[in-house]
Parts: sequence; C-alpha cells; structure tokens
Amino acid sequence: MSRISLTVNGKARTIDVDPSTPLLYVLRNEFRLNGPKFGCGMSQCGACTVLSEGRSIRSCSVPVSSMEKRSIITLEGLGNSAHPGFLQNAFVEEQAAQCGYCANGMIMTAQALLDRNANPSVAEIKQALNANLCRCGTHVRIVRAVKRAAMERNKTGRA
Amino acid sequence: MASATISRRDFVKNATGLVIGFSLFGQQLRAAELGEQSGFNGSPLPTQLDSWLVIGSDGIITVFTSKVDLGTGVLTALSQVMAEELDVSFERIHMITGDTSQTIDQSQTSGSRTLHKAGPQLRQAAAAGKHELLKLAAVRLDVPAEKLAVDDGVVSVVDNPSTNISYWKLLGGKRFDVAITATGTAAEMKVAPEISPKNAKDYKIVGASIPRIDLPAKFTGEFTYSQDVRIPGMLHGRVVRPEHSLARLVSVDENSIKDIPGIVKIVKEEHFVGIVAATEWSAIRASQALKAAWSEPEAKLPASRDDLYSYLKETKPFKEQLVANRGDFDAALSRSSRVFEATYHWPFHMHGMIGPSCAVADVRDGKATVWAGSQGTHRTRKAVADLLRLPENNVRIIYAEGSGCYGRLCADDVAEDAALMSRAVNKPVRVQWMRHEEHAWEPKGSAQLMTARAGVDPRGNITAWDFMDRYFPYTAGPGIPLLASTQTGLKPNGPGFPGNGYEYGTTGSGDLYAFENQRINCPVIPWIQNAMSHLRTCNLRAPGAVGRTFASESFIDEVAFHAGVDPVQFRLRSPRNQQRTSEVLLAAAKQAGWVERPSPAPAQTNPDKCVGRGAAMSDRDGAIVAAVAEVEVEKSTGKVTVTRVTVAHDCGLIANPDGLKNQIEGNVVQGVSRSLLEEVQFDENGVTNMDWSSYKTIRFEDIPEIDIVLIDRPELGFLGAGEASIIPVPSAIANAVFDATGARVRDIPLTPERVLRALQKLESRT
Repeated sequence: MSRISLTVNGKARTIDVDPSTPLLYVLRNEFRLNGPKFGCGMSQCGACTVLSEGRSIRSCSVPVSSMEKRSIITLEGLGNSAHPGFLQNAFVEEQAAQCGYCANGMIMTAQALLDRNANPSVAEIKQALNANLCRCGTHVRIVRAVKRAAMERNKTGRA
Repeated sequence: MASATISRRDFVKNATGLVIGFSLFGQQLRAAELGEQSGFNGSPLPTQLDSWLVIGSDGIITVFTSKVDLGTGVLTALSQVMAEELDVSFERIHMITGDTSQTIDQSQTSGSRTLHKAGPQLRQAAAAGKHELLKLAAVRLDVPAEKLAVDDGVVSVVDNPSTNISYWKLLGGKRFDVAITATGTAAEMKVAPEISPKNAKDYKIVGASIPRIDLPAKFTGEFTYSQDVRIPGMLHGRVVRPEHSLARLVSVDENSIKDIPGIVKIVKEEHFVGIVAATEWSAIRASQALKAAWSEPEAKLPASRDDLYSYLKETKPFKEQLVANRGDFDAALSRSSRVFEATYHWPFHMHGMIGPSCAVADVRDGKATVWAGSQGTHRTRKAVADLLRLPENNVRIIYAEGSGCYGRLCADDVAEDAALMSRAVNKPVRVQWMRHEEHAWEPKGSAQLMTARAGVDPRGNITAWDFMDRYFPYTAGPGIPLLASTQTGLKPNGPGFPGNGYEYGTTGSGDLYAFENQRINCPVIPWIQNAMSHLRTCNLRAPGAVGRTFASESFIDEVAFHAGVDPVQFRLRSPRNQQRTSEVLLAAAKQAGWVERPSPAPAQTNPDKCVGRGAAMSDRDGAIVAAVAEVEVEKSTGKVTVTRVTVAHDCGLIANPDGLKNQIEGNVVQGVSRSLLEEVQFDENGVTNMDWSSYKTIRFEDIPEIDIVLIDRPELGFLGAGEASIIPVPSAIANAVFDATGARVRDIPLTPERVLRALQKLESRT
C-alpha cells in the first residue's frame, strides 16, 4: 500500500492504495465518480477517459502511482445536470447517445480537443475521436454535438 | 432539439422536494415512498389496475413494466404512450422497470417488440385507469362522464371548466383497487381490451420528438448503470474461466495468489472458479494470476472458416423449417429460360457492447437480490433460482441498465456469477467481466450458409425461387443453463432439448416476394451441445434476418443484372407480399437521387476509385425498410468505403421521430460495421479475437452520411423499430460494390482481400 495525493475535480485527495491500481478504479471505487467507465482495460475503447493537465488520458491503463501530485478532471468536473458544461449541454441538445456508456470518453476527449482547438472542422473532430469506440452507432450525433459545443462556447466565451 | 418544457428531473425535484434521478436508486426510493407493490416475493397480478399504474398524491404517475430500456430510448417512448392515453403532461410519468417483485412479466425486451407488444398493453392499462378516474369524477362533480374533459390530469366539466378535480385529488393518494381484464401471458397478454383507447389521429404527445429522459444524467456521471451499482458492504468478484471452450476444471493452485492482498475467498463450486476480494483491483490481479488447470476439451470446434461452412453444409439438421412451398418449384425450374444459383456466407458476429457485463448480487439467508442489466429479469430470476436451488419467490432481480444491448449478452451469466460468489461469502458481491471474457463468452450471432436458386421467364422475371439457410439454433436460451449453471452441473431441460436449442425465424429469405413457385427452407443444424462454448449462439439484432437478407437481396440484384434491368425497377415489377414495400422503396430511391439504369455502372471517372449504388429492402414483422448504399471501391486495394446510406422506414405509428432516427442511424452504422469489418475468428479451441484490435468495429472516420425518410402510418399502430433498419444494409452495400466494379462478393465481411479476389476473378474472366 502507498499513500498517494492527487487533485480530482479541483479537490485535494489522499488515499492509501495498492500503487499498481489503475487510476480508473481509484476514481470509481474510492471517490465514487461513475463518469469514467471500464470498457476494455487496454486503452482501446476510450470509455475510461479523464483529463490531466489538458490532455485526455485512458485511466484504465495508468497506475495511480504515476498520478501523484497530478490534477485530474473527470466527467463530473465538467458539470452536473443542474449546471451542465457546454459539451454536456450540446450532447443533450443533439441527443447524442443511445446507451451512453461511451459518452464519458467522447465528452472528455472532445473537451481536450476543444481546449487546444476552439473551432475544429468536422474532419478534425472525427480524427480526434477516432480512437473512441461507440457500438450503438451515434457517431453522427456526437460529431454534431461537438461542433455545436464549439460554437456555443465561442459565442459565450465560457470555459 | 431543445425542450421547452422543464425536465422531468426538475419536475420531480420540485414536486416532491427530493431529487429523484432517473436511476436505479431513484426507482427504489420512489417505490419505497409509494409503499412496495407486493414486497420481496411479489408477483403483481395483471388483473389489478394497481399493478400497472399508481397515481401519487403529488401528481406523479408511476408506471410498472417488465420492459426495460436497453439504451434505445424506449422508456421515453413508453412514457409518451402513457401520458398520451392518460391526458397528462409527459413529465408526470415515472417508470419502474424490470423489477421482478414489482412488474408484471410482459416478456423480455427483445425482437423490436417493446412498443409493438407492450405499448398496447400499457396503453390499455392507462385507458382503463382513465376510464376509472372519469367514473370517479362523474360522481364527484355530479355530471355524466361524457361531459368531462381532461387536461394534464385535471378533469373538468366541458361547459364549466371551473368545476374540476385532479386525478390525484380523486384518488387522494390511495390505490385504484379495481380489477381489470387481462388474459394470456407475456407478450401476448391482452389488457383491458374492452376499453376503447384514444384515436391515434388525436395524438399530441405520441409522435413528438420529446428528448430522452435518461440522457442528461448519462452525460454527467449521475446515471446509475449496472456497472455503477454499489451497496453497503459490497465486495468485488472476478471469474476465472478456462481459456478454451468445453474445458473442465482439474485443479486450482491457491498458493499462486497468496501474495495478493485483500483476497476474501477463492470460490470453487464444481467447475466454477471465482475470486472475491476487498478491492476490484485485487480481484482482477488475482483472477489473472490464479493458476488453474483445465481439461482438454471433450469436443473440438471446427478449426477454420472453411471447416465451419463444411460442418453447416454436411451436418444433418435436427429441424427443417419449410415455411413456403408454393406451386411446384422443380417443375417451374425445369421450364425456366435460365437458371441461377449462388451461395452466400455469413460469419459469427459479436454483440460487442462497450461495457462488459456487470451485476451485483446479495445472497443471504436463502434470499437473493440481484441488480443486472438483463433483457428479461423474469428469465434471469429463473436462472438464478435454479442455480442457487432456491424457490423463484426468494429471488428478486432488479434491472439496472448496462451498456448498449443488441441482443442477448452476458448480463444473465454475470448475474449468476455474482450470485454464486455472494452466497459463498455471505456478503454482497459486484462482478464485472473483463474485455477478453466478454469477447470470448458472449453468445454470438450465428454463422449462416445460404443457397439461392431462381428460374426466370424469357423477360427475366423470376418464376421459381428456392432459398435455403442452414444455421445454428440458439444454444443460449430458456432451459439451457448459463455458464455458471453449466459449470456447477445443471443440465439442459428446456423445450429446446433434446434437439440442441431454439430456431428463430425465417424472414429475409425472399419472403418479401410472392413468386409463383417458391420454396423456402431454413434447416437448423445441431451445434456443439455443451453451453460452455465460446461459440454459443443467441439473438443478435434482427437475428438471422440480416444474413438471409444479405443473401436474398444480393441474389435479386444478381438476377436483375442478367435481365439487364434496373435493380429498383426489378424489385417493383416482382410480385410482393406487401403493397407498402413499393412506397418505401421508391421513397428511398427518390431521396437517394437514384438514376434508373441497370448495374453495373457504365463508366467511372476515376478508374481506381469506383463509385456505385445499391438498393435492398426488408420486412420484419410488418416494419418495412428500404436502404440505398453508396460506396467507393479502391480497385488497387479492394477497400470499400460506404459514403452515404439512405433509409426509408415504415414501422407504422411513430412514437418519437427523433428517437426513431437515432435508432435508424445506429442500425445503419452497426450494419456498415458488420458488413465491412466484423468476423469472429476462431480455432478448434475457441475464439481468437479477444480485444478491439482483433475484432474491429467501425470508427468515426468511416461513418457514412446517413439520410432518413420516415413514413408515419398511425393506422397500423406500432410495429417496432429497434432492429428493422439494419436488415437491408449489408445487401445494399454488396449490391453497391457490384454496381461500382461488376464484382460480386458473397461473403461477409466485405474485406479488402475478398473484394480484391473478386476483382481479380472478374479480370481473369474478361
């Protein structure tokens, strides 16, 4: 067991944990954050995506020990249903899911994209999301939602 | 598509002062507030109105149904049906779904039958409820019921609207306590047939694109999937299954995991092995490190694709399904001007849901409660009861939505795993499968071997049609033990045995057409008996019909080509069983900008990037779909890109146009993925593609443009839309590849290698 300190959604957290534990299980089971999902455990599907220092990372494949003193944002950190983030809102507006299990990865990956490119083209959105799998086939709506989110964000100047 | 109305979430919060998310625990909380329907052992009676709906004093109407939302949005549609029939605003409806102790078994959620079958059952329960409420109001307001009108649950006198009373005041928080008629069972149950429902032409809520009730919480992490269920004292379990199909446990080396902290127990029951640990990561590590020895399989699977199709071809069927035998095929064939024959191959496919199966079980003191994302919780209750040797009344299954479900996944299997491990440690246990387990053990969509023969008259019209589909039965199904049951010694005892399993339909076999002489047979070939196989088979979205339609609608194009006739025109001039098909096909062709000409396309502007278009159509239980696919084929590599798919869709009455479009888009995308990329690879021991890099599915960069025409036919009622539109997609694509290149590929998936081979064959002939 090791003591690990990290910041999650702006809150400083310290836990005693097997240091080899992937970040995903710490977020879900220790911090009760259900946004990130287990999909493959091999960085292949993207369902577990979170943000750390501006980059999207696959939390299923990152040992928590490597996150010591790092800052992490999960889906919950972008907003809640009373105060949704701009991407969450755009996903509702476009009804961009069926089962929604992949939505966490889509939104977090899109957040990282929009943080580095405020006005991506459709091709750039598809490229950014290409390593995120959706089995229900809501890709068309997801692309539309990201496009809408970018427009809304640019209009309001919100982060 | 913003909603002008307040969200149901806000509504519930405002009305009760409590936040009740659309989540599992919301359901439970709601149920607790209302008082449990009938307790742990409950089996609500369909002949009691209260079993279907309860009107709270707060104006919230709680509806009980065994139907569940598998990620399709069907609960939103069912809520629309209830609100419409009761004349209340949509936001008042609250659904409790798939709880075996609280809901009537209306059959599992499958086969696009939720709106089709359960829609009218729930609608009639609502109509019966409204009928009772109007009777009560007539007495209270002292006017005949005919003089009353309802607006959002407030009953008022037509000429004197200030004289009114609401549903909830009428009932005063009490139950109806009224008997209704209900005959038959499950999907065929007839509920209150004597009550006249509203006329569909007066619908305002049904037919509106109301946003999905579940989505906001799914985008914020607030939704409770089965993977997110946590109960106090819960431990984590993982299963240890053999690497191979059909293997039995020989020994377990418990020392192999002695260094892993937090192990609570190694659960061994006959051939079942699982690990329960204090943390999820310990359970995962231990399941990967545990040394277990397994027997060599008693039987081997066919070792290759070729062996598989030889097995399908040569094995004697245990059941013939001669579903059409019109006229005299053989005589007609001998009279034909020309005869055509072709054989088509359809592979095993995976459901491939993104989130592996997960369940939480709490088995203590001879009672079991299990949260699982099962398609049919009543079915799961029986399985878990049999496994634990408990009476069914001591088992309660509560639905918690899993990841997208396109047929039978392992939600039932994992429920058993969790139940077995919970019993072993006398504590609640959560089990989620790992990705390789899901890929290996999920029941697959069956491989199919199809042969079509046709005889034509001098004008090229088909006068004789013979179609044969040799497929495997469902070897996961009622009476067939699930994995843990099999491993602990339960034997198959359902009506599918002896025999080997269940057949599942014959549609897509050319039955769209009414040829003068027509023979259709779908023989069911016995498959590996033991359920412990990687190649178990079960329902996968429009089971069987997608493969058969790939064959039959490809074959129609092959005959049209020889007749030199435009493929759409050829279909229109063939005799058909449904007149609606013409309208649907023409709508798709028009929307796609279809130019009338025979295939293949006469000239290509870029000889290496050939473009083409193909059409196909289908009829599933009356839901008629036509698809036009447009493709680009890179001749040097054989790579097919689907650039656009146009779908015309007639599923009768449309409940929610945007929800329907979402379903159609998903069907198209999954259809393109299965057509171009997907095939379960295996050797004699089992599945060999165990992750997403070896079982490839479609990605963003390959998603086609999707164009949809909805045809609303309110007079037909709901016909079901969950799977109708995947059916014509593979054949439309194969026909488009032929149109682009003149090469016919009769094997799915249409991989670059296969397309290239067909192109080379074509060149060597010319």
